[in-house]
Amino acid sequence: MTDPIIRFDKVAKRFGDISVLDGLDFTVSRGEKVTIIGPSGSGKSTILRILMTLEDISDGTVWVDGEPLWHEKAGDGTLKPASEAHLHKMRGKLGMVFQSFNLFPHMTVLRNITEAPVQVLGLSKPEAKDRAMGLLDMVGLSDHAEKYPHQMSGGQQQRVAIARALAMRPDILLFDEPTSALDPELVGEVQEVIRKLAYEHDLTMLLVTHEMRFAREISDRVCFIDKGSVHEEGAPEDLFTAPQQPRTQEFLRAVLDG
Amino acid sequence: MLFGFEWDTTNGWTLAVSILPILMRGLWVTLQATVLGFAIAMVLGLVLAALKAAPSRLVSWPARGVSEFLRDTPLLIQLFFLYYVLPEFGIILPAFLTGAVALGLQYSAYLSEVYRAGIEAVPRGQHEAARALNLAPRRTFSRIVVPQAIPRIVPAMGNYLVSIMKDVPVLSVVTVLEMLNVAKIIGDRTFNYLVPLSMVGGLYLILTLVAAQGVRRLDRALPKTGIPLK
Repeated sequence: MTDPIIRFDKVAKRFGDISVLDGLDFTVSRGEKVTIIGPSGSGKSTILRILMTLEDISDGTVWVDGEPLWHEKAGDGTLKPASEAHLHKMRGKLGMVFQSFNLFPHMTVLRNITEAPVQVLGLSKPEAKDRAMGLLDMVGLSDHAEKYPHQMSGGQQQRVAIARALAMRPDILLFDEPTSALDPELVGEVQEVIRKLAYEHDLTMLLVTHEMRFAREISDRVCFIDKGSVHEEGAPEDLFTAPQQPRTQEFLRAVLDG
Repeated sequence: MLFGFEWDTTNGWTLAVSILPILMRGLWVTLQATVLGFAIAMVLGLVLAALKAAPSRLVSWPARGVSEFLRDTPLLIQLFFLYYVLPEFGIILPAFLTGAVALGLQYSAYLSEVYRAGIEAVPRGQHEAARALNLAPRRTFSRIVVPQAIPRIVPAMGNYLVSIMKDVPVLSVVTVLEMLNVAKIIGDRTFNYLVPLSMVGGLYLILTLVAAQGVRRLDRALPKTGIPLK
């Protein structure tokens, strides 16, 4: 646990009266591949959405790469709520792959991938195109650069979405149930791309999924989250074969049998 | 005689043929009022939509109030106000311009709702993807939201274009010589209202059918996924 790139310190998140995260402590080391599992409504996706700055936090502190994410240091050393400029800077370290892909439907695949590198990172169009074509090659879709998303299968769209996130060269890549919206026969091709990333890159990866076998295969560590806090965590072979907590046992029995 | 054209009152048919060029003058005014009024409504509507969506209530509430007022009071009252009340404060506009502004004002309130609905219909996931990619809010609006909102806005806009055209005859009460007013003057002078008024009805029917067809074509030509960006 040296050099955590992500650290949640007593983080709470409430939507009105509903408490989603409740004093969550959670760390991820640089380069680590961590899978978050847990029942629906347990706050798994909220963790990713907080990191991507799509949801703010109600209490506590989130640290990314040694800096507070939702705060910045005031002149006297105390923490004050983050400005949009600070969030903009911090977002550059992260990328996200969504359950429903969220590709831009009016842009070609190539434009989907090059838009942000050109607009945000200031790459020239040829540079951005080179980068995009390299990534499309990696996800096995170099022939599809000029297609529009609706002309592709869900699996292909999700692979484009992965390429789009990688084009921003994030340190941390967040996967929010990346295969849940896919037809069963398309799950494999997306998992294959994620697997390749997990094995071949030093990227830090945080994955929320219901695919237990896949989680076991690619993760360094699995976290079981329930009712907004980490209930149990450990190496996949330990957690899946010999869970210690009754709640974890119960959850795993339900999902593995089902 | 009107606009230098004589009419032939031998029978209904000769009257119809002889007054057609006169009605065409009126039709031209009707079209001008429609286009100018709609242009004003499109621009003001966008401003109103932006103000209503402003984060500060100091801005959004008055904008909502103005919008409600414009939508919920009759066009005729707004028109009379502009035509008879403003001159008391030294603001004197020609009748045609007054009419176009009145149409533009009322329809800007309708169009502001069309813009709002179109923009809100763009899925939240699109905003989230743009934010995750660190695109600036302004860039997100112009490159992600607007191109996807336009195909949703166009059909509703088209309906209001037809509707504003049908409201133009209201301007006759402040002496604008649009088509209906011209027909009424012809009726007053020839004692034949049947022919000119029937012709106005027929011409309106043609106008609205053509406009509706144009809007339908435009709607079909626009890709449902948004204005393509290569």
